[in-house]
Amino acid sequence: MIIAGLAFYLFAIIAVAAAVMVITARNPVHSVLWLILVFFNAAGLFLLLQAEFLAMTLVVVYVGAVAVLFLFVVMMLDLNTQVLREGLAEYVPLGAVIGLILLVEIATVGGSWLLSPEMEQVRGAVARTDITNTQALGNLIYTDYVYLFQAAGLVLLVAMIGSIMLTHRVRPGVKKQKVAEQLARGRTVEVKKVPTRGGI
Amino acid sequence: MDLLREYLPILMFLGIAVAISGIMILASYVVAPQRPDPEKDSAYECGFEAFDDARTRFDVRYYLVAILFIIFDLEVAFLFPWAVAFKDVGIYGFWSMMLFLGVLTIGFVYEWKKGALEWE
Amino acid sequence: MTSLANLSLAAPELLMAAAGLVLLMIGVYQKGDATRLVGWLAVLVMVVAGVLVLKGAGTDAGTTFKGMFVTDAFAVYAKVMVLGASALSLILSLGWLAQEEIKKFEYSVLVLFATLGMLMMVSANDLMSLYIGLELQSLALYVVASFKRDSVKSTEAGLKYFVLGSVASGMMLYGMSMIYGFSGTTNFEVLAEVLSEHQATGVVVGLVFVMAGLAFKVSAAPFHMWTPDVYEGAPTPVTAFFALAPKIAAIALFVRVMTGPFADLIGAWQQVMWIIAVLSMIVGSFGAIGQQNIKRLMAYSSIGHMGYALIGLVVGNEEGVQGILIYLAIYVFMNIGAFAIILSMRQKGRALEGISDLAGLSKTSPLMAAALAIFMFSMAGIPPMAGFFGKFYVFISAVHAGMYWLAVIGVLTSVVGAYYYLRIVKVMYFDEPTEAFDTPRLANRVILLVAGVFTLFYIVYPSPLLLTAQAAAKSLFAY
Repeated sequence: MIIAGLAFYLFAIIAVAAAVMVITARNPVHSVLWLILVFFNAAGLFLLLQAEFLAMTLVVVYVGAVAVLFLFVVMMLDLNTQVLREGLAEYVPLGAVIGLILLVEIATVGGSWLLSPEMEQVRGAVARTDITNTQALGNLIYTDYVYLFQAAGLVLLVAMIGSIMLTHRVRPGVKKQKVAEQLARGRTVEVKKVPTRGGI
Repeated sequence: MDLLREYLPILMFLGIAVAISGIMILASYVVAPQRPDPEKDSAYECGFEAFDDARTRFDVRYYLVAILFIIFDLEVAFLFPWAVAFKDVGIYGFWSMMLFLGVLTIGFVYEWKKGALEWE
Repeated sequence: MTSLANLSLAAPELLMAAAGLVLLMIGVYQKGDATRLVGWLAVLVMVVAGVLVLKGAGTDAGTTFKGMFVTDAFAVYAKVMVLGASALSLILSLGWLAQEEIKKFEYSVLVLFATLGMLMMVSANDLMSLYIGLELQSLALYVVASFKRDSVKSTEAGLKYFVLGSVASGMMLYGMSMIYGFSGTTNFEVLAEVLSEHQATGVVVGLVFVMAGLAFKVSAAPFHMWTPDVYEGAPTPVTAFFALAPKIAAIALFVRVMTGPFADLIGAWQQVMWIIAVLSMIVGSFGAIGQQNIKRLMAYSSIGHMGYALIGLVVGNEEGVQGILIYLAIYVFMNIGAFAIILSMRQKGRALEGISDLAGLSKTSPLMAAALAIFMFSMAGIPPMAGFFGKFYVFISAVHAGMYWLAVIGVLTSVVGAYYYLRIVKVMYFDEPTEAFDTPRLANRVILLVAGVFTLFYIVYPSPLLLTAQAAAKSLFAY
């Protein structure tokens, strides 16, 4: 129990500290690396909440794929954060106010969730423990939530079409090896003597 | 809490890994002599001064590959619970996954035909 | 173990999803240019989906997919409008694609999927299905906005829309998580039940976040900042599409969320809604005054129109919702007509977007000028035109509910709005003519004619629209 508590504070503190580093790091690539640390610690927190599947998905999808994408994007944009930081001081007060409002909100909301007696029922509604939560999710996603599941498939498809449509370019004049054509070639294979400097 | 107990070795492993890597970095600071000078610190480029910034723009094609990877990564993420719960979800769950895979396969065919998977 | 969901309720959606996949394959396997073929097939699919929606109108009503999807008269009404608006703007787009010689069949496929997302939004009966419908729609719209990828303006529009849209989605999800945390459910009907007994602080806070996200999607002030830039930067037919279908779907969703699960929190959201509606009307009418670009002007105009429509939601009763539904139907006709003209503003194959380019249109092409004048009068809300009735019904619902101030502000801002609508009429009729426009395409002319006739002669036979809107509004308050 005490180890769980310690682990929580460890993950939480590292996550917050790394999140601060994400926005203060001078080099945008370092920001992305700090972000990966945030993802790992968030995964740790999910694990403490016994949401194993979510924790592992966070590692596989966010650390494994999203962070890589972010790195590519950062390198593609070739950002200069010094330029981006100009005028930062102007926005700090406004940002601080918004942050404070959100903090107060989450504190009131969290407080009332912990304190109000009506929430007892809601809080009790945690997942069953006799099966792993991966299985519990599996039992629901493909049957009860089939509508959302298929719609999620369509969202992924649209993302696929969109990214290809916006970034894919066919370059003219590129010579490719077409294996299928080579293999399909029949008796027309021949060796030619090519005159020097003449070409075919 | 049983669940957390199962993860205790991993937590220990994590702690040891952090400790070892931390010790290695610190030790190199402590043990190795540190005498920097401008020539040592400057970038080495075949004897020339560095021409320009080493950071160049990445081609947008890397991005395309990365995003297509994410999409299929997510698809795989959906396969895990399906595999685990396969015995419970029955034929209905089976076909619902086939439909999902079918949609993404159509996306894959589109991608292939468009030549988005070819590098050059 | 699980019985098959009642699929017939979602027949139009299933058809569109399947058709989207088939069209994608047709487009990619077609040798040569498939833009025209896929485009017209997509229009056909939307029409068939519309027929299916209407066919299901009388017989099927209820929920399916474990209560995540609902069909009722309200959904049918909104879906028909969404499909109609999408199909018409797609037809306009196809003409534009041909004129600009852009060969991209994906455009139609994406519009089809965006429309599918809108239908899912309209039919959402659960916070999760709401979100996923919204995302399907938004994702397709982001791509479509930046679809002229070699134009800096278009890519800028897409990027702005994407970044701000993601923030809005994030806020909405945050709010939803709070609502779920405090009520233990995401289903609308169960939420309504839970909230009628007990209203926790967290739900109210969450609701505010959800409202902010939805207000962004309908581009109501103070969440309107993206609208002028995106409308100006996006290719013109895309702007036409943005101004129509997504707005209808988002408003319909807004109405369903507010009057359904959160009906008992009306005390909490009514003032917020009041502020949103009033600000939108003010921003819409004052922001448009100095604009030189007609697409920017239409952006402010649409912000204003959303403000008027939301008056009906502030009122929050059956009469108010009926007002919204009538307003939206009229809005579709006025806007599609106006955009048919904007898309016909071409000289020697080059597209124009300046208001000054309309100078002297009454002399060079009197019919087009007359039609645009009708739409402008109608948008300004000048009596015999349809637009007047749209405003009339929402204002009257506010007056009946005792919200005199709301109606008064509405009338005042319409007077200000009339200034810039009439400025366009002035430019067309009293300024020196410039070069004549190219002859508009047939499809544009047909759409123009239909929209013009509706706007002008709505007064003659208003009852069908009134009655269907009434029935639709009634179905929303049935439970």
